[in-house]
Amino acid sequence: MADRLWFLIPEFILLAGAMVCALGGITKFAAVRRRIGFIASVFLVIACIAVPIVYGQQDRTHEETMLPELGYYVKIMVTFVGLLLVATAGGLIDRGYERAIGAGKDRFDALRASSGEFHALLLLSLTGVMLICEARDLIWLFLALELVSLPTYVMVAISRWSRTAQEAAMKYFFLGALSAALMLYGFALLYASTGTLVLQEITAAFTEQQENGGLVVLAQVGMLLAIFGLLYKIAAAPMHLYAPDVYQGAASAVTAFLAFVPKTAGMIAIIILLSTIGWEDGLPPAIEMALWVVAVLTMILGNIGALLQRSAKRMLGYSSIAHSGYMLIGVIAGPELGLQAVFVYLFIYGITNTAAFATLASLSRNGKRVDSLEDLAGLYRASPLAAASMAVSCGSLLGIPPLFGFWGKLLLFAAGIAAGQISLIIVAAVSSAISAWYYLRLIGLALLSSPQNHGEATKVTLRWPLAVAVVGACIAIAGPMVLESMMTDAKEAITVPETELVMPSLSLEVDGETT
Amino acid sequence: MSPWLLLLIPLFGAVAIFLTKAALSKWISLGVSLFVFVISILMAVQFEQWGSIGTGLRSETSWINSMGLTLDLGADSVSMMLVLLTTLLVPLCVWGSFSAITSRRKEYYAWLLILETAMLGVFLAQDLILFYVSFELTLVPMFFLIAIYGGKNRAHASVKFFIYTFTGSLFTLAGFVYVAWQHSQTGAGGWSFAIHDLTIFASTQLSSTEQGWILLALLAGFAVKIPVFPVHTWLPLAHTEAPTAGSVILAGVLLKLGTFGVYRFVLPMVPEAVVAWAPLIAILGIIGILYAALICWVQDDVKKLIAYSSVSHLGFCVLGLVALNPIGLEGAVLYMINHGLSTGALFFLIGMMYERYHTRDMNMVGGLAKSMPVWSCFMVFFVLASVGLPGLNGFVSEFMCLLGTFVSTADAGQWPGVLGPKYAAVAALGMVLAAMYLLIMVGKIVFGSLKEPDTTDRGSLPVDLSIREIGILAPLAALCIWIGVQPTILTDAMRGSVEKVLSPYPELVEKYRPENTTPIPVITPDSPTPDKEDQHG
Repeated sequence: MADRLWFLIPEFILLAGAMVCALGGITKFAAVRRRIGFIASVFLVIACIAVPIVYGQQDRTHEETMLPELGYYVKIMVTFVGLLLVATAGGLIDRGYERAIGAGKDRFDALRASSGEFHALLLLSLTGVMLICEARDLIWLFLALELVSLPTYVMVAISRWSRTAQEAAMKYFFLGALSAALMLYGFALLYASTGTLVLQEITAAFTEQQENGGLVVLAQVGMLLAIFGLLYKIAAAPMHLYAPDVYQGAASAVTAFLAFVPKTAGMIAIIILLSTIGWEDGLPPAIEMALWVVAVLTMILGNIGALLQRSAKRMLGYSSIAHSGYMLIGVIAGPELGLQAVFVYLFIYGITNTAAFATLASLSRNGKRVDSLEDLAGLYRASPLAAASMAVSCGSLLGIPPLFGFWGKLLLFAAGIAAGQISLIIVAAVSSAISAWYYLRLIGLALLSSPQNHGEATKVTLRWPLAVAVVGACIAIAGPMVLESMMTDAKEAITVPETELVMPSLSLEVDGETT
Repeated sequence: MSPWLLLLIPLFGAVAIFLTKAALSKWISLGVSLFVFVISILMAVQFEQWGSIGTGLRSETSWINSMGLTLDLGADSVSMMLVLLTTLLVPLCVWGSFSAITSRRKEYYAWLLILETAMLGVFLAQDLILFYVSFELTLVPMFFLIAIYGGKNRAHASVKFFIYTFTGSLFTLAGFVYVAWQHSQTGAGGWSFAIHDLTIFASTQLSSTEQGWILLALLAGFAVKIPVFPVHTWLPLAHTEAPTAGSVILAGVLLKLGTFGVYRFVLPMVPEAVVAWAPLIAILGIIGILYAALICWVQDDVKKLIAYSSVSHLGFCVLGLVALNPIGLEGAVLYMINHGLSTGALFFLIGMMYERYHTRDMNMVGGLAKSMPVWSCFMVFFVLASVGLPGLNGFVSEFMCLLGTFVSTADAGQWPGVLGPKYAAVAALGMVLAAMYLLIMVGKIVFGSLKEPDTTDRGSLPVDLSIREIGILAPLAALCIWIGVQPTILTDAMRGSVEKVLSPYPELVEKYRPENTTPIPVITPDSPTPDKEDQHG
């Protein structure tokens, strides 16, 4: 147990960070309250630095998680993108309230301030993603997934004082609860069909079932239900319907968060669940078929949906749905190329998608945050930097070589073709082509169109999100230089050590002796 | 000299432009592109592979070992010629834009230089993915050149251009990756994207069905770029809306990326599929020749006319490519260069006219021989080069393409083919039509009584061409004459490369000879085919 705790040090750091943020948010000292985002960033940086130290210290081959090396890559990814996400939210929460207090118009009331909670919840949600990698049984997995989701419901609600945000939060919460129920039902059926909750033991049971003529139906249904519950987290069709409304309702910074963190969590959880079956002999036909349909629907509905939008946030929301579809190709393809591609893609997507939303987060027009496409017209005159970042991040999301996004897509294509999923690749190619329409529209509006005549011109009002957008764009351009090491790390993350599987009966005896 | 110089100098030039004042940008880009031209000439002089099959100018850089991605560069004689064409056209385009571009100058010249890097990358890449990256990267600068500096309908034109080419090339990428994956399965040490290895692998190891699919995937990208009927519709729009330099580069180099792709990948990689599909591709080429020529006939917009004439002309190039004999293929490669020179010059001329009269409508402008004699001289000259007047460059390549098609019959001795006189006869109609529409155009705008529109506003430009404008056209005209008189210098230089591409074909054409067109039965008792054995068994 002590060994397991050792690897949870990054999580503990973030947990401590969450406590400090929560308390710091209700102090009387305005200087502290205004620097909550900074405090959260410091803890993220410490956690990020701690990961290589922690993982460099001990050998993990004896661990009981499905993919023991996964934590290293995921924790670095989550803390790094988390840092960008915190900066994207910089100066957003409590902005007006703090200003009113500063001007002496209002008095500080701990009940009304929400910056502390916001950052604490953000860190907790990131902790959840990290914990998923350490899951050794279904209960842990479920709790970690809920730790990812529950904070996000509140974050949507407190990100903006507007009705749309409240509505988005309610929708998100109720549908999220439904998906959690589906997932739990699936877990229950998995337990019923294998008699255990421990992932390694489930693997052993599945191996036995496959030797005796394939997985039992109960197990397949359980797996499908669990995956369907998780599709909600990655916003894949048919569980994607909430996404556009929620993404539009929340503040852009929170939208960026929703488009990355729960998606990463869901993707990792799906991969962990599927790895109990294993890809070696091919996934069971029912599950592969279901994933195939989901991937195709997600790619097509996501891209066509984005095409029809008039709101930039909804457009990017639909585009992030489509990206889940691309990633599912890698999930279907399986190790080693497919999963490697998924993790590389997740990282690249996380950075560039955050950069795109951060550009939106930095802008306002007529005193409101920008939302509609028209607001972006002629952005290059107001801020060439914001326009260029928008163009680069959209170009990367579209996959224009040599930007970073292209390499992610190339890896997914290669994985799909290597797995013989030619039909999926054709769908991916066609839907990528569709996506060119709306990404070009965003690029064109930002860089080429002339501004709208009526109303005020769009301007940059928040500096931190703009900085994130610029950093993201720079990574999108220079990123391919570190692609090689990223691919190596992703490959290590999914390696499964060559150890004997612990049979259920054996482990029971061991348990009996020790307890 | 390292070929990287050719790619990096324009890129650094583009960065330099962003860091300096807008007024300097045109001089920087002219200097940089001329410098690149000089370097490429020096490289061409030192190039040892003229006429042989080898690849020179090699530079090997490993990049991502686990996927076998490299940054290898190199050029054979055909790539080297296209590199020279590119490095020649870019400084001319920069020089030609001095008076036309007045706003957002920095970006304009920077995009032109980035475009040069991308185009040279296509010709120099020895790695499939590097080729694809460069191929796609050409879209971005061109998209902005059209979308920012284009005509009234520029937004639509640029998006259509981007989507058409982007969609097509995604399938090309899938085809490439498929070949690379099949190659990695053979146990040759994991993934590799080296063009040389994959070409040998695909042409020898893949079944004809697989080759057929790969052919379709590759052509999806290249046919759009060439463009072949029926995926040519982006071209007239993009050409018409693009600024002059954009049109010149589009016609001069970007369309050649498609034919170069066919030459470098389709022909050597999937020979069996090419033999099977060549008649269909040729028919599409011929439809393109005739259909576009007929459209040209009824155009009033001069620029649109020249744009459609590109579709028609490239049809000859396609015919030459699938003729599967050295005459046709050499003709096709020569056509790539000639079309770049003469059509590029025509776009320059139209741009110069437009800058003075602000219209391209043939009914509004006419009789310019009276007001612009020098311009008219060049116009007539390049139209004749384009029509194929013997003695000028167009004639040589067009004739070679047609001759290649004509002799590409099943029993044509050393180089049997799958086309024949029928194809050549129909395609030759295109030459007649080309003469008609181009001469009608010349008749309308150059001769007759002087007609100047109300929109005439020459700005600071002289009535007839300035020294700068003559300086742009003169080298192109000189090259047209030189190639017209001495085409053998170029055809000899490319022979090794062409014969290497064609080497598997004679055998394959024999193998796939359809029985109904062969006077002599192919199957002899001495060489029983597998089918026959099956029948006996």
